Amino acid sequence: MIRFVLATLTVLSLTLPARALDIQQVTSPGGLNAWLVEAHDIPFTALEIRFRGGASLDAPEKRGAITLMAATLEEGAGQMDAQAFAEATESLAAQFSFDVDDDTLKISARMLTENRDKAVDLLREALTNPRFDQVAVDRVRGQVLSIIASDEEDPNAIAGRTFRQLAYGDHPYGSSLNGTAESVKALSREDIFDAKARVMARDRLVISAVGDITPAELGVLLDHLLGDLPETGAPMPPRAELGLAGGVSVVDYDTPQSVVIFGQQGLPMDDPDFFAAYVINQILGEGGFASRLMEEVREKRGLTYGIYTYLAPKDLAETWQGSFASANGKVAEAIAVTRAEWARMATGEVTDQELNDAKTYLTGAYPLRFDGNGQIAGILAGMQLNHMPIDYVNTRNAKVEAVTKEDIKRVAQRLLDADALRFVVVGKPEGLDTSASN
Amino acid sequence: MRAFFAAAVAWLAAWPVWAENVTHFTLDNGLEAVVIEDHRAPVVVHMVWYKAGSADERRGKSGIAHYLEHLMFKGTDSMAAGELSKTVSANGGSDNAFTSYDYTAYYQRIAADRLELVMKMEADRMRHLKISPDDWQTERDVILEERAQRTDSDPGALFGEQRNAAQYLNHPYGTPVIGWRQEMEALTRDDALEWYRRYYAPNNAVLVVAGDVTPEQVKALAQTYYGPLEPSADIPPRVRPQEPPQLAERRLVFPDPRVAQPYVSRSYLAPERDPGNQKEAAALTILAEVLGGNPQTSVLARKLVYGSGTAIYVSAFYDGMAIDDTTFGLAAIPAADMSLEETEAAIDTALAEFLHEGIDPAQFERIRTQIRASEIYAQDNTQALARRYGEALTSGFSVEDVQSWPDVLMSVTEEEVMQAARSVFDRRQAVTGYLTRPAEEATQ
Repeated sequence: MIRFVLATLTVLSLTLPARALDIQQVTSPGGLNAWLVEAHDIPFTALEIRFRGGASLDAPEKRGAITLMAATLEEGAGQMDAQAFAEATESLAAQFSFDVDDDTLKISARMLTENRDKAVDLLREALTNPRFDQVAVDRVRGQVLSIIASDEEDPNAIAGRTFRQLAYGDHPYGSSLNGTAESVKALSREDIFDAKARVMARDRLVISAVGDITPAELGVLLDHLLGDLPETGAPMPPRAELGLAGGVSVVDYDTPQSVVIFGQQGLPMDDPDFFAAYVINQILGEGGFASRLMEEVREKRGLTYGIYTYLAPKDLAETWQGSFASANGKVAEAIAVTRAEWARMATGEVTDQELNDAKTYLTGAYPLRFDGNGQIAGILAGMQLNHMPIDYVNTRNAKVEAVTKEDIKRVAQRLLDADALRFVVVGKPEGLDTSASN
Repeated sequence: MRAFFAAAVAWLAAWPVWAENVTHFTLDNGLEAVVIEDHRAPVVVHMVWYKAGSADERRGKSGIAHYLEHLMFKGTDSMAAGELSKTVSANGGSDNAFTSYDYTAYYQRIAADRLELVMKMEADRMRHLKISPDDWQTERDVILEERAQRTDSDPGALFGEQRNAAQYLNHPYGTPVIGWRQEMEALTRDDALEWYRRYYAPNNAVLVVAGDVTPEQVKALAQTYYGPLEPSADIPPRVRPQEPPQLAERRLVFPDPRVAQPYVSRSYLAPERDPGNQKEAAALTILAEVLGGNPQTSVLARKLVYGSGTAIYVSAFYDGMAIDDTTFGLAAIPAADMSLEETEAAIDTALAEFLHEGIDPAQFERIRTQIRASEIYAQDNTQALARRYGEALTSGFSVEDVQSWPDVLMSVTEEEVMQAARSVFDRRQAVTGYLTRPAEEATQ
């Protein structure tokens, strides 16, 4: 009886998004572009600001400067030291966060309508007039060094670092964006100002807003907030050459459970085959309990708590990656099963049911992402970073729907290669054949 | 930077508001239900919470509540193992479950027009679970891998487990939710089924549905799918062994070669929120915010991070949502040239000064401003709101308790916070822990 109901429901298709999501292109009087969704039901606005380039714009020998700079933006600006800035933020009940990844510097702001102008004044000070006082830089440096030290002993961080190094070598992608203890200790206050100038410029800006604000209000806000930033920053870093070769690398580490990261070449989001690869990945390892790897490695054999794969199309390189953790005595078997599933997927043979389930999941899950102002603002920023058109939300599911079994076969055979899969294992794996490793 | 102990600052975001959109009803078979309306997106979160958590386990069977949670995905008379998750996923939804000391909960997040589908499956497994003889041992391997991943591989998690065990002399809150490894290894299918039969029934559950739904819709569906389920006549009362007077301070040193960043923590036994009487817990909640909530402006940050430079990070945390006595916690990461002993001494000095100086009225006012604002921001996250109601109702609180919580917080005076501080900081009831590298390496 239940199966019958399910079959009926599965053929329903969701329109996208089921509530009209009216994304407006806003150009400020000063020429800044932003995407806006007006939502006046809750009296606050979520604002997302991105600077392309992120930590990969660190100057040579200055690894970690952009991370340290971003973490120090809220530690004093204009007339305010760190505590005065924090007190002012608390008094307005505004929420600001500053974060960096390989491709972007991210600023998130949540501001109440009742005091939005004051909140913008405050954020403006941090973005255009940060003090980077020596004492503040040193204090945050101490926190970063503590994280670097912790990462030295954290199996997940060790695995990530080893994989990056193997994949990208000397490119910024090849090392931690926190820098090393040595590079971070050597950073001067001038390096921090320089790091800001390299990344926080108007020529690499992406902006989105969702909430209780009109296009005209947003335009004025943006010019005030960002208009005084420099026009240009450092040139974008070059593309990264992927240096991965198939095999297993083991980092010996005394822990009861081995951490494994694996990966091979991926593909960029503008590749015509991207959506086929996206569906393949769903079937292979991203579908939670529905994925082949979860079924084979966890459900059937109990070799892990969880195994996942994902496409990682970064701005300057693309991989197809995955990860899991297994007891030292079981990790060899888990790797063998993973490699076998990778090879099986590479034949491109999928059942109608697998393809259909993956597509209904992906198309059904998409509109569910759009709940909450903060959530939507983040998605709109991501769409712009990936150069998607403003009507992308209306066309995206059709692209998933259009993927055929033939596409799956062709793209899986083109891209997936179990022999090219590199495993990085951190732990004390037993019985693992590493003869192919370098 | 706010990379450490992120959970400690989560309390601001999670406060319930919006009482006008919350509906509460109880079916004839005893199933309590809460509906939270949010029509901004065509999404619904469907949750079933059971009033059964690890603190209800029999001694020697630690981990059974969590193990059963895993086995709940192994099928029923009418669903194959794994079918529920696959069906949810094939309909664009996601599902999962979680276990804590006082509750076990299952949820799906899916398009609002598929609520009936997930409710039907969730109702089915409330009374008709089937665990095939093939599945249970594999799943026991999975929970052991989960323990290895979350706990055994993480010295901070192991340290927390040991501190907690030392904190509770008698109460089962001292036993980890996931279980002690040697007891997990011995859990059986019969243990799981016994647990299931004892606790999984409509009159021991709370249904929470949040999102693009109306109370009428939910009521009709709940009546159809949960209504026919038989209540259980013999659900045991939740009377756990209570703490005796704690008379002796406990101190732990946990050396582990995997520790790169040592830290010191201190926890004090503290009263929990009580249904109908939340004032003291509200004062402790604000005390945690005053002492360690904000990494720049809190009392401990001012004294230890910005003042003496003893620590690079400090935190204070308290979560009163529990059935029995909970804890008030403090933690500090020493600056590079400071020892754990010096850091602990600095914390104690700071606490003594605070008890003498009292609360800065400006800070108190800023915290109140944020309490008010959190009611606005909370409206943007319906799923968090759903969790708040589920957690409260399975811990013995009423909808009114949840809804009055912001007002109770706002009614707390500075003097009440100080009174709570004087009462909670009793070293005889405290556990102090050092997480550190083994001795020969400790000097670096």
